Amino acid sequence: MSDEILKITSLQTHFFTDQGEIPAVDGVSLTVHKGEVVGIVGESGCGKSVTSLSIMQLVPSPPGKIVGGTIHYKSENLLNASKKRIKDIRGNEISMIFQEPMTSLDPLFTIGNQLREALQIHKKINKKQANQKSIEMLKLVGIPRAEEVMNDYPHQLSGGMRQRVMIAISMACDPEILIADEPTTALDVTIQAQILDLMKKLNHEKDTAILLITHDLGVVAEICDRVIVMYAGQVVEEGTTREILKNPTHPYTKGLIRSIPKLHEKDQKLYSIPGTVPKPKMGMLGCRFKDRCEFAHDRCFSEAPELFSLGNNRYSRCFLLDDTERKVASDAEANTGS
Amino acid sequence: MKIKEKNPKLNQNNNNPIDQQMEQDDIQVTSPWKDSLRQLRKNRFAIAGLIIILFFVLLAIFAPLLTSYAYDKTDIVNRLQPPSGEHWFGTDDVGRDIFTRIAYGARISLQVGIFAVSGALLFGTILGIVAGYYGRWIDMVISRVFDILLAFPSILLAIAIVAILGSSLENALIAIAIVNIPIFGRLIRSKVISLREEEFVMAAKAQGMKNGRIILHHILPNSVAPIIVQATLSFGTAILEAAALGFLGLGAQPPTPEWGAMLAGSRDFIQLAPWTLIFPGVSIMLVVLGFNLIGDGLRDALDPKMKN
Repeated sequence: MSDEILKITSLQTHFFTDQGEIPAVDGVSLTVHKGEVVGIVGESGCGKSVTSLSIMQLVPSPPGKIVGGTIHYKSENLLNASKKRIKDIRGNEISMIFQEPMTSLDPLFTIGNQLREALQIHKKINKKQANQKSIEMLKLVGIPRAEEVMNDYPHQLSGGMRQRVMIAISMACDPEILIADEPTTALDVTIQAQILDLMKKLNHEKDTAILLITHDLGVVAEICDRVIVMYAGQVVEEGTTREILKNPTHPYTKGLIRSIPKLHEKDQKLYSIPGTVPKPKMGMLGCRFKDRCEFAHDRCFSEAPELFSLGNNRYSRCFLLDDTERKVASDAEANTGS
Repeated sequence: MKIKEKNPKLNQNNNNPIDQQMEQDDIQVTSPWKDSLRQLRKNRFAIAGLIIILFFVLLAIFAPLLTSYAYDKTDIVNRLQPPSGEHWFGTDDVGRDIFTRIAYGARISLQVGIFAVSGALLFGTILGIVAGYYGRWIDMVISRVFDILLAFPSILLAIAIVAILGSSLENALIAIAIVNIPIFGRLIRSKVISLREEEFVMAAKAQGMKNGRIILHHILPNSVAPIIVQATLSFGTAILEAAALGFLGLGAQPPTPEWGAMLAGSRDFIQLAPWTLIFPGVSIMLVVLGFNLIGDGLRDALDPKMKN
């Protein structure tokens, strides 16, 4: 688990719109090790998807543009790689699945056609071999009657089945990393659990690293080794799943965890973080979470917090974690009684 | 679906050989085109359309065998004769046999329709896809050219093009094709723009497909439906536009039996001798109908949701 296969450092992806420059991803750094499952969590519009699209270099351009930072795949900076090399990597070494399984498959072609196509782009194999490998992949992702499904069209399959097919397609070339952009959001809960189990299984069997983008902490708890919490284009907290869920340090992460419904507290109204994610803009002053934060104080309005290291690969972007303020924090917490 | 319910036997007959084939080969690779062809064969309306077109093609090929008259032989004594055993479709204002002219005219009118439409279709599709898929400045340039072409009344533009190229049937064809390019181009551009945003195109990119492959394998097949509908509709207008050019002396010249020209030439006799108009008119209608039926069937055959 020690070798890094994907390392992003201070990535900046900006959108150039009529309303000015919008830093959708503002200095995000993250690392994915071989065989690891990393989750990126955050509300809508916090830059999770743009981060993942940046890795694949699929950010719609214009208006989007990667303006700074590096994305290293193994030892290669993808931002300097040729277009041809990027196309070689896509699907073959880094592949991606999307949120909407209903529309991610071409409606005009059979499942078999699309699987074979994915294989034949990257591997020099003939139709027969591609066919066999495709059936194998369908069986691997747990599709019953794989041979028959090969000749089915996407509209003949249910959402869960289609997402399985998408996973089969993206795993067909044995990629090193699978980027899953909200893979279970469009599915109902039982199917969601099956898909997560499938991803966990593939992760174990093929040792494929997974970068899972989600807004659902339940999904994170289910399969992630490590979690990165994003807010308004920045990483606000990072650590192992257990640490983050048991002992969140950033007020935003705390808020996220408090807003998960709990079974035994049925009389209470569900907590929600007041306000919405601010639209990122250039030259934002202070902490980005200050307007929604119950612990916000003067320093939060004048100065932007850095990502404080808490040791053991834990990071948090909050002044409360600055050593000098630790005491203030504990006092505040004692007062609010949380 | 309806056809299947009505005629389960026909359906079984069609399916059985394929099932057998599946059992024979342990791996079986279907191509979407073969699938669609099979689907097309099951569509009765498409077959009807095919028969209509085939009928006119045969009429055109065997015209000299089907009639003893010459298409340009005038016979003033027998002018404007109603249909009879001697003249099946009657005679026109200078006594020419209308059936003969329809048969020979099929040669020209089918050519006009097919070449003008396929020319417009080919270039319109290429330009539309390039503009829609790549966008930005190239879309600006192509779209503005389309706008300029569309700003002229089509017949005026065709006249201008024929005037430059010189007056002949071939040049009239080219002119009609050019006039129709922006119609196809804009249609396809708008379809491609909406397809470009589809998630499966994004997924195809994420799989590492090259743009050319995405265009040929995903964008083009998905935009076939509107192309086919527009092409079959354009077929009729192309014949009429050719007739209009002919009428102005810029296309097929008088003795040439072109259906549109026949229509235009016999306008004055609409009450006195309606058959002079009815037969060329019905011929155009039937050909357009035939292509429409084929086009409809083709569109359904290419849509996997219509398969069972």
